[in-house]
Amino acid sequence: MSNEAPRSAAKKQLPEHFKAYTGVWVYIELERGQVHSVSWELLGEGRKLADQLKVPLAAVVLGPPDGSARAAVADSFCYGADRAYLMESALLADYRNEPYTRAMTDLVNTHKPEVLLLGATTLGRDLAGSVATTLKTGLTADCTELAIDAERSLAATRPTFGGSLLCTIMTLNVRPQMATIRPRVMAMPQRVDAPVGEVVEVPFDMAEDTIITKVIDFIADSSRDKVQLAYADIVVAGGLGLGNADNLRHVRELARVLGGEWGCSRPLVQKGWAPADRQIGQTGKTIRPKLYIAAGISGAIQHRVGVEGADLILAINTDKAAPILDFAHYALIADAAVALPALTTAFARRLGPAVRLAG
Amino acid sequence: MIEKFDAIVVGAGPSGNAAAYTLAKGGLSVLQIERGEYPGSKNVQGAILYADMLERIIPEFRDEAPLERHIIEQRLWMLDEHSHMGTHFRSDVFNEAKPNRYTIVRAQFDRWFSRKVKEAGATVVCETTVTGLLRDPAGRVYGLTTDREGGEVHADVVILADGVNSLIAERAGLRPKVRPEHVALAVKEMHFLPREVIDQRFGLKENEGVVIEMAGTITAGMAGTGFLYTNGESISVGVGCLVSDFKENGTSPYVLLDRMKRHPSIAPLIADSEVKEYAAHLIPEGGYDAIPAIHGDGWMIVGDSGQFVNAMHREGSNLAMTTGRVAAETVLELRSTGKHMTAHNLSVYRKKLEASFVMKDLKKYRRLPSTLHDNKQFFTDYPRLLARAAETWFRVDGVEKKQKEREMVGSFFKSRGLRGLISDAFKVARAWR
Amino acid sequence: MHIVVCIKQVPDSAQIRVHPVTNTIMRQGVPTIINPYDLFSLEAALAIRDEHGGTVTVLSMGPPMAADSLRRALSIGADRAVLLTDRFFAGSDTLATSYALATAITKIASDQPVDMVFCGKQTIDGDTAQVGPGIARRLGFHQLTYVESVETIDRARRTVIVRRRAEGGVQVLRSELPCMVTMLEGSAVVRRGSMADALRAARADVTTWSAKDAGIEDISQCGLRGSPTVVRKVFAPQPRKEKAVLIEASAHDPVHMAEATIDTLFAALPGLNAELHAAAAR
Ligand SMILES: Cc1cc2nc3c(=O)[nH]c(=O)nc-3n(C[C@H](O)[C@H](O)[C@H](O)COP(=O)(O)OP(=O)(O)OC[C@H]3O[C@@H](n4cnc5c(N)ncnc54)[C@H](O)[C@@H]3O)c2cc1C
Ligand SMILES: Cc1cc2nc3c(=O)[nH]c(=O)nc-3n(C[C@H](O)[C@H](O)[C@H](O)COP(=O)(O)OP(=O)(O)OC[C@H]3O[C@@H](n4cnc5c(N)ncnc54)[C@H](O)[C@@H]3O)c2cc1C
Ligand SMILES: Nc1ncnc2c1ncn2[C@@H]1O[C@H](COP(=O)(O)O)[C@@H](O)[C@H]1O
Repeated sequence: MSNEAPRSAAKKQLPEHFKAYTGVWVYIELERGQVHSVSWELLGEGRKLADQLKVPLAAVVLGPPDGSARAAVADSFCYGADRAYLMESALLADYRNEPYTRAMTDLVNTHKPEVLLLGATTLGRDLAGSVATTLKTGLTADCTELAIDAERSLAATRPTFGGSLLCTIMTLNVRPQMATIRPRVMAMPQRVDAPVGEVVEVPFDMAEDTIITKVIDFIADSSRDKVQLAYADIVVAGGLGLGNADNLRHVRELARVLGGEWGCSRPLVQKGWAPADRQIGQTGKTIRPKLYIAAGISGAIQHRVGVEGADLILAINTDKAAPILDFAHYALIADAAVALPALTTAFARRLGPAVRLAG
Repeated sequence: MIEKFDAIVVGAGPSGNAAAYTLAKGGLSVLQIERGEYPGSKNVQGAILYADMLERIIPEFRDEAPLERHIIEQRLWMLDEHSHMGTHFRSDVFNEAKPNRYTIVRAQFDRWFSRKVKEAGATVVCETTVTGLLRDPAGRVYGLTTDREGGEVHADVVILADGVNSLIAERAGLRPKVRPEHVALAVKEMHFLPREVIDQRFGLKENEGVVIEMAGTITAGMAGTGFLYTNGESISVGVGCLVSDFKENGTSPYVLLDRMKRHPSIAPLIADSEVKEYAAHLIPEGGYDAIPAIHGDGWMIVGDSGQFVNAMHREGSNLAMTTGRVAAETVLELRSTGKHMTAHNLSVYRKKLEASFVMKDLKKYRRLPSTLHDNKQFFTDYPRLLARAAETWFRVDGVEKKQKEREMVGSFFKSRGLRGLISDAFKVARAWR
Repeated sequence: MHIVVCIKQVPDSAQIRVHPVTNTIMRQGVPTIINPYDLFSLEAALAIRDEHGGTVTVLSMGPPMAADSLRRALSIGADRAVLLTDRFFAGSDTLATSYALATAITKIASDQPVDMVFCGKQTIDGDTAQVGPGIARRLGFHQLTYVESVETIDRARRTVIVRRRAEGGVQVLRSELPCMVTMLEGSAVVRRGSMADALRAARADVTTWSAKDAGIEDISQCGLRGSPTVVRKVFAPQPRKEKAVLIEASAHDPVHMAEATIDTLFAALPGLNAELHAAAAR
């Protein structure tokens, strides 16, 4: 992708042995008993693609034999899958690249899907890269839009150059066509109670002692004091417009009252006002909160790409012409050092006695 | 171990590059230190390049250097709030085989020049700031310190090409602090537009380019000028005024630029463009009288650091390159005759400059900076008077032409008075002489 | 320890412009930088070298100009630099890129075995995060992506323990050398080389390899031909038509300002009010 040379010359000439590949697959990301919501979003999107291609939609579930994988299979049908491929094995208890890559490539080689979709999560991207390289097929990362073109090929659209452009990428002559899709971009499908459909159970024949990498511990985020920015529903962030490091306290306090997380723009990290794991943006965290409050942040493209997924963006800025007003939904033209504490007090009052102000 | 070089050049702008290139070509071991991430990274601006001075250093530069457009048209505008008037010289003669002036984008040009410096054999170190000069008890400069760990380096001679703010020279006590009335603060933006749009708006083809120099009420009564250059796919617009005036006036340069961009004569030229780079930079405008000592035991000063700018003609980079080259040639001559880099021996540098266009031109305009500074009517009354005169003259409204002439002359007298007008003319003539 | 760090030279996305008519990237005047994520990996590699001894080789595939980025990596402290440059590489997608880089790493390893390969989490132009895993797979190295920190390396046993970011938590993984690691952003502060490093970098030769030099025999796996993906179209995102709605409030009355803002937010996000209350009750 380093070169956006026009490849319009490339025509679809699918080799004979790939013509047998059919069906849309969605990988159901099951980790520690939980299915990542992006998987359901993808089933919703996969349904549309499968209907258009007039092929079945299948869910792929890999996991341990403790019932969680079967539960995920059952849920898959409720979210629209026609069929499920299931591999249950104690070796698949925790995500590890080696066994998962092996499981997935075996499934693909045996059952030959034409489209394989995964969530663009840390797990999905780790797995997709290995699978695509093993299968020597094309993989389009971090997509935000999927479609089927007139020749029945998958057209995957994704941002590039830090969000300045979008590009549509196809894998014409190899199968399956793979893509990872950003969480929270596709709509969550309606859950409809459905009976368990066709389940294709496939045995997994790896031995633990052939797998080199071992999970020796898992530290769940809830049990550690680690920044939860990327997953927070409410994020309050500050930029250079705060004027000094001390004013960051207003950002933290508002975030606390709202039960959210706080973050900042890059210069604050560079100045040492805030630790690096608080940085939001292209070279920091990508956030997708319901509410994002950006105080004293100009809204440079590198910051913008990290926050665009927010449902609602409120900018607090003294400058009506700041670029953040181009993508924020609401703007309060005010001094952040005044507006933030005022908001904190007002929210605290409205939320009642459960929320106490610091100090 | 502390390394020693024949020469160290501080800064990788046009003056430093000219010096380092010439020295390295001459076979010396040269270290060049630049604080930016790469040469030109601190110089995000479009500018005019005068071919002749570069040709003397790198004759084949036209085949390699990233040049934007060669200039075939020069406009000089006098602006008031609503209008512009002025001259407009465009000539196909400027479409010559070896054009004399080009627009360049400094970030790219400096990078190219720096590549030539490296090819010539100099060691170029970036992202490194020189923090001070090392002087022995007798005051002789024998090296410098940088902000990197183990940052000391030694040399027979240090050439300071570190630009208008030369803090190093100031800190080392080699020159006084630059005075606010000797520097202009210029702000500049790059307005990006597709090449075809620029060609169309200015009536250009291929690599032809236009320069517009502006004076008048855009500087809000302060001594200064505005400019607009066409680059390949962008237009540089900027305005600059003396720092001392900004101080007195309380206006910010950004406000000026903003107003200038909204001027009815300028707005359509940059309409629908995407502004990407915003740069503020100082220009030394003190002229001849502000030039500090430019050499001493083991050191020399070149380029903006030595106030080598001809503000009247907007020449800076050419003087920078020339002073850089002459300084280097002086070092090479001393080396080849086995002489040391003493203040006495290095004085040849100053003599050579005195004999060249550099000092001669600067001397010619030595009174101009103070004349303009002390006579703000050039930036307030005259532009308005001229515009009103032209407006009166061109408006066809049944008023007889004689009457119009009387009104025009009258307005000048009313505003400046006979003595004022005469003395203004005299002042300008004297400063120009 | 011999560590190879893959770095990519990318256009500084802060300065990227899109041609309004042709929708192509206007590179003119756009400075290039080392992909910022790669610097975190470089720092991790240097820290391991400092602790265990050895060599850090930086590797890049790109136009001749990419040598500047490699030289910059040397000035930060890397020991050796290799640039893969050949017209056959033009138009490579991630599959073709990982092929070329993996082959070059094999060649590098023939002089001195490679214990670890570090890649950036992702690039800021391609943003795929696929090249690292691709390299790992092709070399048969254990793959450790999104690593927050490399905890211990036992050189005798050839084991390595890392903390890896996963959804909902951190995995502590034990794996073996040789492995391919991508570091998470913010995992470390990138160091500044000494004056000696800077001088060494300025004088260093960047080894430049063509496809052939790198031992690539099958050109059909490189560049456009070796890339299964095809870029169909490139276009600018639809700008949001409406600008932010300004919240009407007196700038001099913070209380009124805050109340007006909260009313606006509650009206715009139905459910926010209830959710906040629910969260507050917890
Ligand atoms: C390769 C690269 C990667 C980058 N990655 C990131 C990244 O991940 N995240 C990131 O954030 N940046 C990133 N940047 C930097 C980015 O380009 C901007 O420089 C940065 O986002 C600007 O931060 P800011 O908005 O806090 O500061 P500024 O741009 O200085 O903006 C400050 C804002 O505060 C407003 N303001 C001033 N005073 C007040 C006041 N009293 N009350 C309210 N408002 C006020 C101003 O009007 C202005 O809009 C990156 C840059 C590059 C080159
Ligand atoms: C807006 C504007 C428009 C102009 N237009 C024109 C024009 O059209 N034509 C023209 O001929 N001239 C023009 N000039 C003037 C011209 O830019 C300067 O005269 C010229 O750049 C001077 O070159 P220099 O090498 O002396 O200094 P600079 O170009 O300023 O270079 C100095 C270098 O030294 C580095 N440096 C500084 N301090 C240190 C340190 N301590 N350690 C290490 N490195 C250091 C800096 O980073 C910089 O790269 C313009 C100037 C401005 C501001
Ligand atoms: N052309 C290249 N040269 C060297 N390393 C690269 C190149 N392309 C990608 N990489 C490495 O692979 C990582 C992920 O890139 P990407 O898959 O493009 O997001 C980068 O951070 C680099 O470490």
